[in-house]
Amino acid sequence: MLLILLSVVFLIMRVAGDPVSAILGGHAPPGEIERLREQLGLNKPLYVQYLDYVIGLLHLDFGRSMIWGERPVLEEIFEHFPATLELSVYAFTFSVLFGIFTGVFSAKRQNKPADHLTRLYGIITYSIFIPWLGLILQLIFGVYLGWLPIGARADPLMAPQTLTGLYTIDSIITLNIPSLINSIKHLILPTITLGIYLSGIFTRLTRTHMIEVMQKDFIRAARARGLPERTVVYKHALKNAFIPILTMMGLQFAMLLVGAVLTETTFSWPGMGYFLYERISLRDFTTVQGTIVFLAVLIVLVSLVVDIIYVYIDPRIRY
Amino acid sequence: MAKLSFPRFVASTLRKFSPRNGVEYTFAFTGFIIIAVFIFMALFASIIAPYDPNKIGVGELYESPNFKFLMGTDGFGRDILSRIFYGSRTVLLITLLSMALSSLCGVLLGLLSGYVGGKFDTVLSLVMDSLYALPGLILAIALAVMLGQGIIPVTVSLTVVYIPIYFRMIRGEVLSLKENLFIEAARAIGAKDKTIIFKYIFPNVIPSLPIVLSLNAADAVLTLAALSFLGLGLPADIPDWGVDLRMGYGELTSKIWWTGTFPGLMIVLLTLGFSLFGEGLTEILNPRLARR
Repeated sequence: MLLILLSVVFLIMRVAGDPVSAILGGHAPPGEIERLREQLGLNKPLYVQYLDYVIGLLHLDFGRSMIWGERPVLEEIFEHFPATLELSVYAFTFSVLFGIFTGVFSAKRQNKPADHLTRLYGIITYSIFIPWLGLILQLIFGVYLGWLPIGARADPLMAPQTLTGLYTIDSIITLNIPSLINSIKHLILPTITLGIYLSGIFTRLTRTHMIEVMQKDFIRAARARGLPERTVVYKHALKNAFIPILTMMGLQFAMLLVGAVLTETTFSWPGMGYFLYERISLRDFTTVQGTIVFLAVLIVLVSLVVDIIYVYIDPRIRY
Repeated sequence: MAKLSFPRFVASTLRKFSPRNGVEYTFAFTGFIIIAVFIFMALFASIIAPYDPNKIGVGELYESPNFKFLMGTDGFGRDILSRIFYGSRTVLLITLLSMALSSLCGVLLGLLSGYVGGKFDTVLSLVMDSLYALPGLILAIALAVMLGQGIIPVTVSLTVVYIPIYFRMIRGEVLSLKENLFIEAARAIGAKDKTIIFKYIFPNVIPSLPIVLSLNAADAVLTLAALSFLGLGLPADIPDWGVDLRMGYGELTSKIWWTGTFPGLMIVLLTLGFSLFGEGLTEILNPRLARR
């Protein structure tokens, strides 16, 4: 499965066009073109290139970038990964919390106007175009109100000393308060943008499953025992509605990555998405290939982890 | 049947979509209206657009919205409203075309793969599953890089992205349908494979299509916009919302809000139209779900 995925990526990228002309520009002397082709291994037959590529991957060798000093791709990926991780973690947390809250809110008022509004919200988030939402937020909070910065991870010279690469964590570890505040300020708009985009599906899912669970006998039993409504809803019902939500959290991972690509491009957030976008336009094949492979492996791993977590949450599941 | 006057017909249709019948009717109806408005804009762009969308300098540079230019002008002095009308033409053309192509390919391949089975099915399913595992936009980006700019390359990339969705759905349905008695009966009376596929199986898988089509169209509008936004979409001379939105970013800090806001709003509205329509339809056609 993974191998086929890798092959598809390889084929797509190889047929994609000529990196040499992209690097050297249209009017390079033929000798120079030949030399670069040889250096990049593009003169070999396609199947040799393919074998080299697969064997390299088995050794965790993602190849070297085709431009700018030819750094190892994996190194560059890891350099940009923390930025994406930081944004994703905050945005994801925001979306799950917000989604569950609105979902429960809606389920408690089933078929009342508030419920319809929340359902509409679920559909709207599905239709929202991240760059547009980002633009509106940037206009309101960045340009007109001037409260928040509209791009980058921190102001120049304000970035904390790099330990984990997560600016908020780093600045807490180094007790760098100004830099912590600065990074949080930069995080707010991207987090909300990506978070709202992802939250709709959780709203909908929570709503459906809460409505289902609330009709079960054990909820009636809990109410009969005179438990406060809040305990019934959040402790008894939500806990039982949580498994499908967890499944969706695993499935949302791909959407999170796509959302991150757009959000990062929108907010010039120097993560993997922005990096991918940048390298695509430069036709840096090995890097683009490596990044996409990295993302694919990540998706597979995350779904594996989610499967394992199930067993802990629901003891009825056994593999 | 009593003769129905036109106003009464309209009234009864409208009543059918009143929230009292369930909010899903309102959703579907609103979605339908939105889509219809955009189709109208696309069809009659040349009549209703006040200016030539590509003509530079019909107004001053960056005129804010006023009576002459309802949505203002961009950095080349082009009328944004006219660009939006013509843009709807581009977006709808690409979306609908790629939806038609991908459903056609996906359905045909799914029918064949599910019906024939064996190695053919195994290989095809593997390829489709791995395409499906990649997020749509990432795949679209890779394809768009490969095919270059222009309407046809973008349409092809979108088509490829959505084929696996139809393939997987149809194949699943065929696999379960195949076990039914009426297929066995058809085979017993000596029907050819082709007849069985198209006369017996195909009609049974059609009902699930419109919902998926509509929801996919919503997704396709977003993917197309994202491609253009990332600079992988269409050449500059074709009016397109994603490209215009991208341009709006450069002017953001100068408080020029209209160049990006309106094209972006169109992207969201059209997507919303398709999603509302698809969502409403889902619940109307699956009343079991809706009544919950």
